[in-house]
Amino acid sequence: MNIKILKLLENNARMSPESIAAALGMELGEVVSEISEMERVGIIRGYKGVIDWEKVDGAAVSAIIELKVVPKAQLGFEEVAEMISRYPEVESVSLMSGACDLIVTVKGTTFRDVSAFVAKELAVIDGVTSTATQFIMRRYKEFGVELTSTEDDGRGKISL
Amino acid sequence: MIDYGKVLSDVVQDIKPSGIRRFFDIAASMDDVISLGVGEPDFRTPWQVRSAGIRSLERANTRYTSNLGLEALRREISEYVRRKYSAKYEPLSEVLVTVGGSEAIDLAIRAVTNPGDEIIIPEPSYVCYEPMTKLAGGVPVIINTKAENNFKLTPEELSEAITEKTKALILPYPTNPTGAIMEKGDLEKIAEVLRDTNIIVISDEIYAELTFGEHRHVSVASIPGMWERTILINGFSKAFSMTGWRLGYACGPKPLLTQLMKIHQYAIMCAPTTSQYAAIEALRSCDEVVSDMREEYDARRRLTVDGFRKMGLECPEPKGAFYAFPSIKSTGLSSEEFCEELLYRKKVAVVPGCAFGESGEGHIRVSYCYSIMHIEEALRRIGEFLDELRAEKTTQKAK
Repeated sequence: MNIKILKLLENNARMSPESIAAALGMELGEVVSEISEMERVGIIRGYKGVIDWEKVDGAAVSAIIELKVVPKAQLGFEEVAEMISRYPEVESVSLMSGACDLIVTVKGTTFRDVSAFVAKELAVIDGVTSTATQFIMRRYKEFGVELTSTEDDGRGKISL
Repeated sequence: MIDYGKVLSDVVQDIKPSGIRRFFDIAASMDDVISLGVGEPDFRTPWQVRSAGIRSLERANTRYTSNLGLEALRREISEYVRRKYSAKYEPLSEVLVTVGGSEAIDLAIRAVTNPGDEIIIPEPSYVCYEPMTKLAGGVPVIINTKAENNFKLTPEELSEAITEKTKALILPYPTNPTGAIMEKGDLEKIAEVLRDTNIIVISDEIYAELTFGEHRHVSVASIPGMWERTILINGFSKAFSMTGWRLGYACGPKPLLTQLMKIHQYAIMCAPTTSQYAAIEALRSCDEVVSDMREEYDARRRLTVDGFRKMGLECPEPKGAFYAFPSIKSTGLSSEEFCEELLYRKKVAVVPGCAFGESGEGHIRVSYCYSIMHIEEALRRIGEFLDELRAEKTTQKAK
């Protein structure tokens, strides 16, 4: 495992192995094998784009849904959490401390889509005792990237 | 009509505006420029520091502070400088908080200079030392440091520049624009030359937090025999990404500091109060943030240097600050021509080395205070530009 490589990739998944090698003062071969090893053991799970869907016509609708779940003997919340994870509509599933048990984010094309998914799929899962759905109105930051900020940081083009 | 030429001070009028003003104007007028041209961090001031500034405003801590600066801040500075650079200063009489490192440099030069005194300035270096010396009535004596010495100041060069009129040496390391540093051994050799003289060292250590590789910055004040002749200058702009807060400091033996203080007291009163409260927090809680930023700069530094070397340009390894200083002599263009062409053809802005003194000619200053994505795109365009230049040269030869 190489934390420095991970940090660079976390900021910019498109950074080439050549650039990573240069930036960290490593051999190219070393970088390539470190990355494939981290992919193999599942430390690196994928390389996705950060997209501001609000700028795209017919943008998607997302909601955060708080679930209360009755844990099962032996399995706890695992079984329900993994089951919910398998829906393609579901973007993330997390076990929470506090009032609710699971937080699920769901993406659909319309408000109605998402509502229907919650009512017909999530709410009826065995063990789920309640759902509370909150629709996302606007995103300001995603994956550490500020979606509303503009390029210009006020530094100008040249200063000595 | 007033003849302004007769009204204004001769000294001021004789000071030239930056030699590359034309280039600046062109860059400013162009849109969509990708710049590697600025001398300030892209990182934001750490949140806890901004928050401390806001808190001080909420509490209405908005009055003048002591002329020297808040006592709590001077204590922190004294502790910080001792902890980081092994230089000991009494917080109540040997530390002065200033409006950026810039003010401290001005104070130091003015405090030691009598008319006609010589101030030695190694170049290429930041542009303020020469005009400030002239404004103080001094005579700048330039040492052109050399690329083959990694732009370090050598004891031979220093000895040669010293005359009986020499009053002070400016020691601007780590250096803007070259990224050069002076390691302990280098400083010891300089100390050897100065130890039995009355020459004062004005050590501008504003980039001290930004040195890369194995060795952290060594302050000349920590070299035996140098403390008593050194005015150590540092500030918050580069290390803590606090350029706009305008806060720096000078440390030195009491008899020197007392004189700097007099000028500061009459010209400035005190450094901005809000910034002083914020700076206390910077010194107390930002070690980790600073080291994270240093690590990020280091990755960008390697990437930038590697990029230029792959393009076939000589690029000495910068060991400090946040600039690379590759040589463009192989293109046959002057540094200003190179930068202008690059700007017109590829819309990339870098600074001609000649802006930092004659000895900077033939180099360009490339700032890596930008995201890796931004740096890579700029390097790609510079690479294209070099390919074009080479192709044009070959065609010309063929003709």
